[in-house]
Amino acid sequence: MNDAMTVEMNASDEEQVKSARSETILYVDGVSVTFDGFRALNNLSFYVEPGELRAIIGPNGAGKTTMMDIITGKTRPDTGDVLFKSEIDLTKMDEAEIANLGIGRKFQKPTVFESHTVFDNLLLAASGGRGVFQALFHRLSDAEKIKIEKTLVTIMLEDKRDEMAANLSHGQKQWLEIGMLLMQEPELLLVDEPVAGMTDSETEETAKLLRSISKEYSVVVVEHDMEFVRDLDCKVTVLHEGSVLAEGRLDHVQKDPRVIEVYLGR
Amino acid sequence: MTDYRQKYQMTPVVGWLLNDRGGMILLGILIAASILVPASNLLLPESSAFHVPTWMISLLGKYLCYALLALSVDLIWGFCGILSLGHGAFFALGGYAMGMYLMRQIGDRGVYGDPVLPDFMVFLNWQELPWYWYGFDMFWFAIVMAMFVPGLLAFVFGFLAFRSRVTGVYLSIITQAMTYALLLAFFRNDMGFGGNNGLTDFKDLLGYSLQSDGTRAGLFVASCVFLGICYVVARGITQSRLGKVLIAIRDAESRVRFTGYRVEYYKLFVFTVSAVMAGIAGALYVPQVGIINPGEFAPALSIEIVIWVAVGGRGTLYGAVLGAFIVNYAKTFFTGAMPDFWLFFLGGLFIAVTLFLPKGVIGAIPAFGAADRQSIITTWRKRLAERRANEGGKA
Repeated sequence: MNDAMTVEMNASDEEQVKSARSETILYVDGVSVTFDGFRALNNLSFYVEPGELRAIIGPNGAGKTTMMDIITGKTRPDTGDVLFKSEIDLTKMDEAEIANLGIGRKFQKPTVFESHTVFDNLLLAASGGRGVFQALFHRLSDAEKIKIEKTLVTIMLEDKRDEMAANLSHGQKQWLEIGMLLMQEPELLLVDEPVAGMTDSETEETAKLLRSISKEYSVVVVEHDMEFVRDLDCKVTVLHEGSVLAEGRLDHVQKDPRVIEVYLGR
Repeated sequence: MTDYRQKYQMTPVVGWLLNDRGGMILLGILIAASILVPASNLLLPESSAFHVPTWMISLLGKYLCYALLALSVDLIWGFCGILSLGHGAFFALGGYAMGMYLMRQIGDRGVYGDPVLPDFMVFLNWQELPWYWYGFDMFWFAIVMAMFVPGLLAFVFGFLAFRSRVTGVYLSIITQAMTYALLLAFFRNDMGFGGNNGLTDFKDLLGYSLQSDGTRAGLFVASCVFLGICYVVARGITQSRLGKVLIAIRDAESRVRFTGYRVEYYKLFVFTVSAVMAGIAGALYVPQVGIINPGEFAPALSIEIVIWVAVGGRGTLYGAVLGAFIVNYAKTFFTGAMPDFWLFFLGGLFIAVTLFLPKGVIGAIPAFGAADRQSIITTWRKRLAERRANEGGKA
């Protein structure tokens, strides 16, 4: 963006912001948060467009997980805006409300319901009534059954349908958790380190899975593994000390001297 | 990795997946007992070998109330991970509601012969009945209150605790504080519940003398029926999708939240249902033992309930019933035969169960523990091997 353009746009600044927002599924602007004097996020801004697959990388302590916490309502920011679909303010809502809006989150450590079967895990995640009494009198519908079977195929666990989730391998649990997110029919998926602790072939499969998912949903992936990020083949945002350091294709970002310094310099 | 394996071992996925065999056995026993026990007591001559004496009917009836109380604790602890160490409070409140009805039934047959005021109020020179004693001359009202008051307390307490996301040990501690606070409050004469002595000297229930064999048998049958009904209700809850959400909360609360469920509402629902069941248990208990006093609020008693559930087998419902019977029978035996040893035995039992029977007595019965095909011996061997491996690792 050159200076002349910036000046020109100043006049209609508001409209400009509005139009930028109207194209985003996720709009994070000027977000800061401090824990006991430690600035976890520092004026963080970035946008995700509908249907986009985005990777977020950064060294330990860059604020990746805090950013997820803020988007999903676990942590409240001190300042800044977080908007979903350009208009819904996420900073005022709690986890359940945000989940029901259509934002699914996968944790860093695979978190599934271990004493339920794979099928029941997906059933519990299935979109639909979340009320106590709805749940008490719920009957499994054919539509739900079909949807669950479809998801089982997507996450490559059809033959584990009646297995207890506790008996799955680490990688399979990660997939099951992704499947649970899909059952929620989200519009935006936040995926925290999906391949940590996976074997190479599992990592490859996971990249394939996320790429195919991103055809239907917007996906934000936080990851350490560079090989995996390359497999994702998407736009990359580099975080450092709570703000955006660089953004662009992986090749481009990797040539950025500041990124090299942050990753290798110390 | 050990982390989740341990968790899995502690979590009985046994029982209710196997078409609820244990539940069928339990309901069968309850139906048989509710017919045979009163029949043998009332119809057979005392000289007969099959005659069940009246004292035993009352004792069994008391155990049934404890079993219902244990069931209510298992519903929240076994299925939702809420470890309440204050459930005795709900039990006692249900008991007091029934006790108030029984007091008003005494009428002018009390020591002081006042037609309205219970003896302790006359003794304290009270001129009129406190407002909160109104209505307790009606049986239906007392029954409604025996469920409503514990339910309301659980609802308010749960609303505040769960909304503030108080969980785990902290929740257990505040439930202890709750029952202790009620203990202190009910000890006070000004409260109008008979202070230290509580409510006692009951005469009759719905016009039937509490001392008669027929009434005792009737109360026994009522205890069987309510235990059966509450078992079916609890089973229904745990088998529904709501029950699956509860188990999910127990295993991964934050996942449930991020899946879009309001965890606090689910906890609140099951906590309240459980408190109502505990209240019913208390209401059935009081006419059978003939007294209710603040001692029932004692924190130690609430902890004992948790031990019953742990001994029987957490998360199976019928295991809790079995545990209540085993521990209370042992208590009856020990406090009679060697009273000094009872507490040692109780402590030892709890340690032994935690170490050797993590799924309780039910989990040790192969037919019920078959879900993961581990007998106690293999568990025990595995533990030994693990311990050796650990020691080897350290050395």
